[in-house]
Amino acid sequence: MCLEVNIKKRIGSFKLEVEFNAENNRIGILGASGCGKSMTLKCIAGIENPDEGRIVLDGKVLFDSKEKIKLLPQKRKIGYLFQNYALFPNMTVSKNIGITKASSEKITFLISKLHLDGLEDRYPSQLSGGEQQRVALARILAYEPEMIILDEPFSALDGYLKDQLQREMLEILADYKGKVIVVSHSKSEIYRLSEQLVVMDKGKVVLCDHKKKVFNSPQFVQVARLTGYKNISKAKKVDDYCINALDWNITLKTNEKITDKVEYVGIMPNQIEALSFIQQENEINNIMKVDMVEMAQMPFHTNYIVRNMNGGMSDIWVKAGNQKEIKGILMPENHLVLLSQ
Amino acid sequence: MIDMLELLKNLNWSPLFISLKTGIVATVIAFFAGIYAARLVMKLNNKVKLLLDGIFTLPLVLPPTVAGFLLLLLFSLKRPFGNYLYTQFDIKIIQSWQGCVIAAVVIAFPLMYRNSRAAFEQIDVTLIQAGRTLGMSEFHIFWKVIMPIASPGIASGTVLAFARALGEYGATSMLAGNVLGKTRTIAVAIASETAAGNYDKAGIWVLVIITLSFFIILTINVISGKGMKYFRRW
Repeated sequence: MCLEVNIKKRIGSFKLEVEFNAENNRIGILGASGCGKSMTLKCIAGIENPDEGRIVLDGKVLFDSKEKIKLLPQKRKIGYLFQNYALFPNMTVSKNIGITKASSEKITFLISKLHLDGLEDRYPSQLSGGEQQRVALARILAYEPEMIILDEPFSALDGYLKDQLQREMLEILADYKGKVIVVSHSKSEIYRLSEQLVVMDKGKVVLCDHKKKVFNSPQFVQVARLTGYKNISKAKKVDDYCINALDWNITLKTNEKITDKVEYVGIMPNQIEALSFIQQENEINNIMKVDMVEMAQMPFHTNYIVRNMNGGMSDIWVKAGNQKEIKGILMPENHLVLLSQ
Repeated sequence: MIDMLELLKNLNWSPLFISLKTGIVATVIAFFAGIYAARLVMKLNNKVKLLLDGIFTLPLVLPPTVAGFLLLLLFSLKRPFGNYLYTQFDIKIIQSWQGCVIAAVVIAFPLMYRNSRAAFEQIDVTLIQAGRTLGMSEFHIFWKVIMPIASPGIASGTVLAFARALGEYGATSMLAGNVLGKTRTIAVAIASETAAGNYDKAGIWVLVIITLSFFIILTINVISGKGMKYFRRW
């Protein structure tokens, strides 16, 4: 099982140049809005065509500009879950699911499996967003595609529903043997639904690896930003395990060996320890005295924005319990990530 | 009153049937031609699109007599093409019922074309893409998805085209003339009876065409209204 993508496409002044190989059955594409994720998926599904390149799915060539192969979307057997679900408004739920000429037993099976009982004769406009999504998914499953593409599957739904639907989606997809590609700009969504991650930035693939590796050692600034490293500072190597974080005006010890390529250092807000008092700052590594800039109370935690007391250039985000005041912060050595451009 | 009944009894009803026949046949032709042209224009690039759209819409904005003049230029027996049709195939368009139909088609076509194009352009492209990724053939997508969704717009185009074809006078009288029992439609009958001073006869035809048009439009509105049920109101 392998998906091989190597395509180029120009859209106005935007240049899409995507190249990745994914062996895993659950692939996630993470990227900011407008980085070309959706366009890449549309090229894979055959709805859009790349200017040049090659797309191969499990040995089947879907597109090859050199060999002049351009398989019709009808022949690719790739189900596509659209952001707006794209249900046919003139057909009832069961007609929508049955459009792929699925047997009536299969339609009945899918309707009960996706909890759509009682909605068979409704029209899409009479359904909630979550129900519409399940119908769209049922319609795709009825087609028995070799791969399913989920394009920002939860972007149109609100928080509570989102969690519930993510669980349902995982449950439904657990029985699906084919490949699934999910695209999102939300790190938690991607983390839950995929195994292998492709990180995209400005039309290019920055990193392609297992999700745990991507989140734990993002390697690149763009990847770190997308995976939740809110605090990123320009940095200069001092020695092999010591780096100068320029924006924060602090010298940090690291666990990881610093290579010459490293230009940035980063840490997640929840991995910083908030300290309410500091005794001897020079005795322990990676401690900084801070001024409070802003504090935002959230339901179950507090977001603090602090700045180095000795003149730091940029703000540092700290996520902590409901502490009254922060005098200093500790950036644990094992949580610091070293990044390059 | 007795005069009126006498008049009705002796009236030659052929204009009614000629009008209906012309209207129906012209609408059927305009229906398919309009839809085809709408699809054709949508697929084109911008410059050609503007040009072709202009040509297709022209009969709507020009006086029908201009269309009549141009059609005469084409089909007159004194002109090459008309002469060729007549001598080679024995087809005579001028002063014939076919002439009525051609004139009505030309005048009704833009309404069908513009309405169906507007209806097609409103369709969410992801529906078509979804159909393709689900393995539906283009033919299947067109008839099962696009046409039903576009049906209210297409129905209104059809109604307007039919109404226009039924009432067509200018181009018809120029191309097909005014031959009783052959090319005299209601619209032509009204004009010639009025010109001859037969106001009562003309009045009957006026009543007939008002009633006819109103009921046809009412019927089609009811039909297309049913097709609207799965669309949300706004």
